[in-house]
Amino acid sequence: MHEMSLCEGVLQILESEAKRQHFTKVKTVWLEIGTMSGVDIEAMRFCFDVIVRHSLADGARLEIIEVPAQAWCLDCAQTVTVQQRYDACPQCGSYQLQVTSGEEMRIKELEVE
Amino acid sequence: MCTVCGCGEGEVKIEGQPQRHTLIRGLQPAPEHSHGHTHDYGQGAAHAHAPGMTQSRMVQIEQDILGKNNQYAAQNRQWLAERSILALNLVSSPGSGKTTLLTETLTRLQGIVPMAVVEGDQQTSNDADRIRATGVPALQINTGKGCHLDAHMVGHALESLPIEQGGILFIENVGNLVCPAAFDLGEAHKVVILSVTEGEDKPIKYPDMFHAADLMILNKVDLLPYLRFDVAKCEEYARRVNPSIQILHVSATSGEGMEGWLDWLQQQRLGRTDTILP
Ligand SMILES: Nc1nc2c(ncn2[C@@H]2O[C@H](COP(=O)(O)OP(=O)(O)OP(=O)(O)O)[C@@H](O)[C@H]2O)c(=O)[nH]1
Ligand SMILES: [Mg+2]
Ligand SMILES: [Zn+2]
Ligand SMILES: [Zn+2]
Ligand SMILES: [Zn+2]
Ligand SMILES: [Zn+2]
Repeated sequence: MHEMSLCEGVLQILESEAKRQHFTKVKTVWLEIGTMSGVDIEAMRFCFDVIVRHSLADGARLEIIEVPAQAWCLDCAQTVTVQQRYDACPQCGSYQLQVTSGEEMRIKELEVE
Repeated sequence: MCTVCGCGEGEVKIEGQPQRHTLIRGLQPAPEHSHGHTHDYGQGAAHAHAPGMTQSRMVQIEQDILGKNNQYAAQNRQWLAERSILALNLVSSPGSGKTTLLTETLTRLQGIVPMAVVEGDQQTSNDADRIRATGVPALQINTGKGCHLDAHMVGHALESLPIEQGGILFIENVGNLVCPAAFDLGEAHKVVILSVTEGEDKPIKYPDMFHAADLMILNKVDLLPYLRFDVAKCEEYARRVNPSIQILHVSATSGEGMEGWLDWLQQQRLGRTDTILP
């Protein structure tokens, strides 16, 4: 969706954490991205490289952990794996699903110097 | 956009003026927010790095990428709540009829309900001018290259927009069905406007937006006789991505269905204020 702004958000967090946790260079960034977050992983990688240029994360490696989307089916009363928001329950075909994971957009950890 | 504070200074303009932090109510200017704009950190370290001289270490972060926006949104929400103001974030693709719906709404409610409008567009103040022509105060934010409003910009707008206790703040977002879904502005509800000329499958093509909205306004229903638009299918798609979405049929130009929308607005106000309502 909107990877340039998201990468700017990542860089902001890196910069404020650099001050708080006393590091000057970021070598690797681990992100958790839900498969239903709307984030395009390839676009994210591209934007990341552009945005971090000449920053403390210049040349940093981006590791993306994809979090599968899961939902609670009210009819089956159990957790099922889904691909999209408009998917039906793969077991019973109901649309009465509550998404429980897969919307994540988080920085998890960093390798720094 | 400034990658130091991300506030887009120099690109984002409010009423033609660059967005400035000194305007923000109640926000502590963090050190990285002090706008000296000397982007001088790290560069030497990044390039002149002697291998083996430094030890890498792991740092746990566990932070939402949009965490900063969400903090600004929370402050806006609190500011609005203190004044019993109902804020609505109107989202849609370009040209669905947001500004027309707004001018028609303002004309009908003027003198009954205090109202104000924030207009977001990449360029021009056309929409704010159309709003002001009704006599209601409006503030134009130009996002430049940005394709959505964020909570930080809206916080700046609240600074200078006259808006009365118990009123309604309409925020017309940039016409875009994609990223405004992810940016909380501090509103009570997102209202998605879909016009019947856009095709009935928009809710499943852009599910995030229809999932994030509490109300869908199906606009331009006066055109239905001329189109092949399956209303029932459209509603079914919208409920697939958001089982609890409310749906209204409106024609902003003919006035059809406007009562339902005005009633909805009044219900939302009653839900959040104990000030005397007309
Ligand atoms: N037939 C018909 N036309 C409408 C209706 N509502 C809006 N329009 C027309 O649709 C066009 C776009 O309307 P706007 O109100 O400018 O749409 P908008 O969503 O504010 O557009 P942007 O801010 O540019 O995204 C104008 O020509 C309106 O006259 C409606 O209910 N019926
Ligand atoms: Mg408009
Ligand atoms: Zn099921
Ligand atoms: Zn700045
Ligand atoms: Zn600012
Ligand atoms: Zn955007």
